[in-house]
Amino acid sequence: MAIRVEGINKRFGTFTALNDVSLNVPDGQLTALLGPSGSGKSTLLRIIAGLETPDSGSVFLGDRDVTRVPPQQRGIGFVFQHYAPFKHMTVRDNVAFGLTIRKRPKAEIEHRVKELLQLVQIEQFGDRYPAQLSGGQRQRMALARALAVEPEVLLLDEPFGALDARVRKELRSWLRRLHDETHVTTVFVTHDQEEAMDVADTIVVMDNARIEQVGSPRDLYEHPANEFVMSFVGPVTRVDESWVRPHDLDILTEPTENATEAMIERVVYLGFEVRVELLRTDGSHVWAQVPRDQAESLELTRGQIVYVRPSKARVFSAA
Amino acid sequence: MTAASSATATGARPVGGNARRSRAVRLTVRGIVLLYLALLLLLPVAMVFIRAFEGGIGPVVQAIGRPAFQAAFWLTVQITVITVPICTVMGVVTALAIARRRFPGRAVLNALVDLPFALSPIVIGLSLFLVYGTNSPIGGFLADHGITVIFAVPGMILATIFVCLPFVIREVVPVLREIGTDQEEAAYTLGAGPVRTFWRVTLPAIRWGIVYGVILTTARSLGEFGAVAIVSGKISGKTITLTTHVQERYEAFDIVGAYTASIVLAGMALLVLVGMQLYQSGRLHRGSSDDAPSSLMLEPVSTAGSRTGGGI
Amino acid sequence: MTDAVSSRPQSRSGVGGFYDGRGLLGPGLAALYLGLIVLIPISALIWQSFGEGLDAFLAAVTSPQALAALRLTFWASLIVVLINAVMGTLVAWVLVRDDFRGKAIINSLIDLPFALPTIVTGLTLLALYGPRSPFGINIAYQPVSILIALLFVTLPFMVRSVQPVLLELDRDMEEAAASLGASPVTVIRRVILPNLVPAILTGGALCFARCMGEFGSVVLISGNIPSSTEVASVYIKGLIEGDRPSAAAAVSVLLLIFSLVLLTTFDLLRRRISRHSEVG
Repeated sequence: MAIRVEGINKRFGTFTALNDVSLNVPDGQLTALLGPSGSGKSTLLRIIAGLETPDSGSVFLGDRDVTRVPPQQRGIGFVFQHYAPFKHMTVRDNVAFGLTIRKRPKAEIEHRVKELLQLVQIEQFGDRYPAQLSGGQRQRMALARALAVEPEVLLLDEPFGALDARVRKELRSWLRRLHDETHVTTVFVTHDQEEAMDVADTIVVMDNARIEQVGSPRDLYEHPANEFVMSFVGPVTRVDESWVRPHDLDILTEPTENATEAMIERVVYLGFEVRVELLRTDGSHVWAQVPRDQAESLELTRGQIVYVRPSKARVFSAA
Repeated sequence: MTAASSATATGARPVGGNARRSRAVRLTVRGIVLLYLALLLLLPVAMVFIRAFEGGIGPVVQAIGRPAFQAAFWLTVQITVITVPICTVMGVVTALAIARRRFPGRAVLNALVDLPFALSPIVIGLSLFLVYGTNSPIGGFLADHGITVIFAVPGMILATIFVCLPFVIREVVPVLREIGTDQEEAAYTLGAGPVRTFWRVTLPAIRWGIVYGVILTTARSLGEFGAVAIVSGKISGKTITLTTHVQERYEAFDIVGAYTASIVLAGMALLVLVGMQLYQSGRLHRGSSDDAPSSLMLEPVSTAGSRTGGGI
Repeated sequence: MTDAVSSRPQSRSGVGGFYDGRGLLGPGLAALYLGLIVLIPISALIWQSFGEGLDAFLAAVTSPQALAALRLTFWASLIVVLINAVMGTLVAWVLVRDDFRGKAIINSLIDLPFALPTIVTGLTLLALYGPRSPFGINIAYQPVSILIALLFVTLPFMVRSVQPVLLELDRDMEEAAASLGASPVTVIRRVILPNLVPAILTGGALCFARCMGEFGSVVLISGNIPSSTEVASVYIKGLIEGDRPSAAAAVSVLLLIFSLVLLTTFDLLRRRISRHSEVG
């Protein structure tokens, strides 16, 4: 089920959350809405879900205009950042909720719930209450609950934001695998670019109530449309008027054409890579990322004078 | 939210200084407080029971057997039985409107909810009298159609609802605000309509707030005196509640009768206290996953924060 | 783990459509409920207070007996609030920081004045501190009896206002102060009390409002001697029974305005102080 939004505007009081936003989400793909706080990504997701109504514009699910259709009837599944568990119900009853209110036969519900609990690997907690589960388990329960009614579209609002780093990474790849099995059109909101790059087929970068760029992770990384996208998606350092990826900043020990002089301020060993922080003669700070062996062969040390030259740079015309 | 009424905090930790000296201070303060509470609280209440049974059990039983007492008792119960459900249902409706809806005049509604706490019960009685008394347009209209409000039970019910109005609302609104709308939104996305969502998701989440509000409403309803005294006209046998009966017996120099009615009311008050205590300890067992209010300190509904607890 | 406040724009309070907080059935019913029970009667009260003209209003509220009743009520309320500020806080302190057998029972009994009907309160105080007092203390029909009655009924308000704040108070602050050399008295004065002040103000506002309107507990023991031990509510009742509804309404309105002004003042004070200390 493809999603299409056209000309969406939404304001909360004096705050503009979405400004003439249009987007096509292809069927069966995992799409990320990526952006900083206040960019409008959550609002857009909630409008797609029907939890907010736009001031103007339309929302289509497949061929259906659902702009005025309440969330109950859109055939979507929604997962919240803080899980929104029904605290007074057991895990089993939580997952069964959507089926229970559709008055499915008891046997069918039991079977489906069991299936789902196995899928998300919390079958042993079926009779517990959400409060007795860890954050990661609760979120998996929330996912199972959303999937129980076989939605055509799955929407996740910063689903891993409330979890600690390790659990986040686990669930992230788990979500990707789940999507590869089920192929449900999925849209998730995140402010973590690494997460978006890791999981999504397509990333929609948003800032300040607008969409900045839409593309695959690679597209965005290698061909950013503007400064914002370049600095938001992937590391970046500024050399004069250009924007350079730190791993595209060459460090040379001898003066070379087009290379400027700089002093190494700090060398940070990050395991497989080394980050080198430099102070150029004009007073600006830049940083470069070099592989470990290269750092060793160049014998990079603090205080050393070297010469830096971007091998690839982007210049963006003034906005 | 904390369990204020079940304070199980650790003992005093002397923060620096001489341990022996601080122990003496601690015992002194404890002594002062216990003495204060004994003189102000415990002794008077004990006194009522002592005075009631001064002449033995006989006179008390006799006083309870009197028709005036019985009529007053059942009238009090009748008013409470009607008031509490109305305050509960309408209280939940109002709490939902305040916590979940945006509409013009919401602040005014907030302020109106807190108003009964800022009003003397005499003033409340007077205001109802002015609206529903036979001299007024509304009262006159109702009287022409055979409905008496003032100096009759309906007026007393209205007065009791007026004074009890804030309790359920002020217990439920904070809970609604704290649990937020996430669970309800989740239910919507899963296909539940507004009514179903209320029954299956919202109501279970606020049930303890409602329970506590009902306990407070019941206590207040049983004990209401001033407002009801004004609108009832104290017509003997017809509009005398148990509280009014106490005053009436006292003024008739029937001390035993007055104290008997008092200990019945005090007994009901103690039952309410037990209810409140059970609720508190039940809360501890249910654990912090439950969103429930904990103390008598009702948060103000209005942002102007008129936090009060009006007189009976 | 509770549902944290989501990071969405603040004006959101519901869900899209009917769903985004704009449905009006609930508010309509609530407005009807509050209108019938509260708004209309209070409007009638204000209307009636000016029923015989502005002059009559002023005459009613400035009559010697009215002024005496209002003055007595105000001063009694103020004194009670001040005593409660001290004793109520002390009681809360002992309940939170101290430990002794029977503490739990004492803790539950604090709510007794709330559950006990005021007329019963009046009778019990009369039993203990009236003509037939077993201690020989007879303060009936004297102004001080009003203070005792008001202290009784308002005890829970202050205690229950301060108690939760004390319970939640971060002990780290006190330990930090001690490690910096502060004596226990200094810790109390400079660390604990400032954090309690907003709660004390809130409790104080509640006490004040309750005291201004109190009737049942006072009516028996004070003797209701006009211009001496007659509180405002009793005076108003007298006007009602004397078939002077306009005068009664006038004094009632004044009492109400008074209470509201006081409550607002307390609240403003509390907000100003809270802003400085970022507590509660």
